[in-house]
Amino acid sequence: MRADPAEYRLVSPGKLQAVLSLLAGEPAQWLPIAGGTDVMVLYSAGKLPNRNLINIWNIPELRQIDVFPDRIRIGAACTYTALRGNDIVSREFPLLATAAAWTGGIANQNRGTLGGNIANASPAADSLPALLVYDAEVTLISVRGERRLPYRHFHSGYKQTALAADELIRDISLPRRFAGYFSHARKVGARNAQAISKVCLAALGQIANGTIRDVRLALGSVAPVPLRLNETEQVLTGKKIGSSLIETARKSVVKEIQPIDDIRSTARYRAAVAGNLVAEFLEKLAAAGMNA
Amino acid sequence: MSPSQRNGAKCEVLFTVNGHTKQVLAYPMERLLDVLRNELGLTGTKEGCGEGECGSCSVLLDGMLVNSCLVPIGQAKGASIVTIEGLSTHALMNPVREAFLECGGAQCGICTPGMILAAVHLLEKKPEPALADIREGLAGNLCRCTGYMQIFEAVASAARRRVAK
Repeated sequence: MRADPAEYRLVSPGKLQAVLSLLAGEPAQWLPIAGGTDVMVLYSAGKLPNRNLINIWNIPELRQIDVFPDRIRIGAACTYTALRGNDIVSREFPLLATAAAWTGGIANQNRGTLGGNIANASPAADSLPALLVYDAEVTLISVRGERRLPYRHFHSGYKQTALAADELIRDISLPRRFAGYFSHARKVGARNAQAISKVCLAALGQIANGTIRDVRLALGSVAPVPLRLNETEQVLTGKKIGSSLIETARKSVVKEIQPIDDIRSTARYRAAVAGNLVAEFLEKLAAAGMNA
Repeated sequence: MSPSQRNGAKCEVLFTVNGHTKQVLAYPMERLLDVLRNELGLTGTKEGCGEGECGSCSVLLDGMLVNSCLVPIGQAKGASIVTIEGLSTHALMNPVREAFLECGGAQCGICTPGMILAAVHLLEKKPEPALADIREGLAGNLCRCTGYMQIFEAVASAARRRVAK
């Protein structure tokens, strides 16, 4: 059933404090809308539970990318196009730049935002595994003040987040200590653009003296939340990459994920592909280690 | 500002469409697509999927390619919009139109306005795009007739014509 616009309100306070006051005054009544690439889809289908929307697209501090010596701070309403166009993101956080390029087509990249992707909390979102391996931190803001939360603690279950009813995601910070890592991103889907992943991988690794010094793996679409593979990382750390380690990793990945059957794929296919993607990464990491 | 008010109220939206200042009275959650078609009679912008997947409703908003089905009119206040009708005076329009005609880049026509907007947006940023750039630039625009190759060829041909000039 198509939504009737007469039943909805959209206000544009234009200032962050005014947005927060509205959210605090009537918590859970207002839904922030930035580029609308998720919200408008639900709205048009008549499936948006909220009747009251606050425009946050025109809040300048949410659109900024600030670079500090030790971290980069990305405003929550920065678009995928802005991420792709940022030199530091391209150079030091290639997994995020790649995921931004995978998300939708150009028109959706011009409107879709990183904060929106986080708040929408889809386990299939392409940019979220990258945030996990880069140790992202999110700043949540309300009239009560702000709090910083490691991104890995943000999703508590399927579409469940740590965001309180009066809070807004203000920014996402990434520490600038991964530039020296070998990085590998891979999406498996029906089509690159405009297709939601069946499985996607973001991976970082460092080889020293022939063994894995550090490895960071995260997968999308294999669990109720974007999933960091902590156990598999532990299995791999300090080991030399060879065919037996790759087989061990494959088994560990399958044990660690909880894929489901849905319209895009099956649990069995996803488990096989998740193992393959990690195996492919390890082969590439080993080759990169040989050449280093 | 109380959300207990059941209904939203219409608001005045002042914006620029194809170079002309326009004022419309609309509910702020009305889609830009519907305002363009129903209020302003600009029916060159097509509705395909209505959920941002197909690109038929592409327009330029402050120079950025967007799906007008995903933009509430309340977010277009003060913006400058260019639709397919507004491209008629654009420097890229002639080479793009000729190339689409010559290469068979249009069949049923529903995707064509969006394809052309996406092509112009691409050529403005990359005057000499590689095939990979063309594929990426048009990846958000679906066509159920041509199989895409004629469209990609049309964009490449338009770029060559323009460079040759």
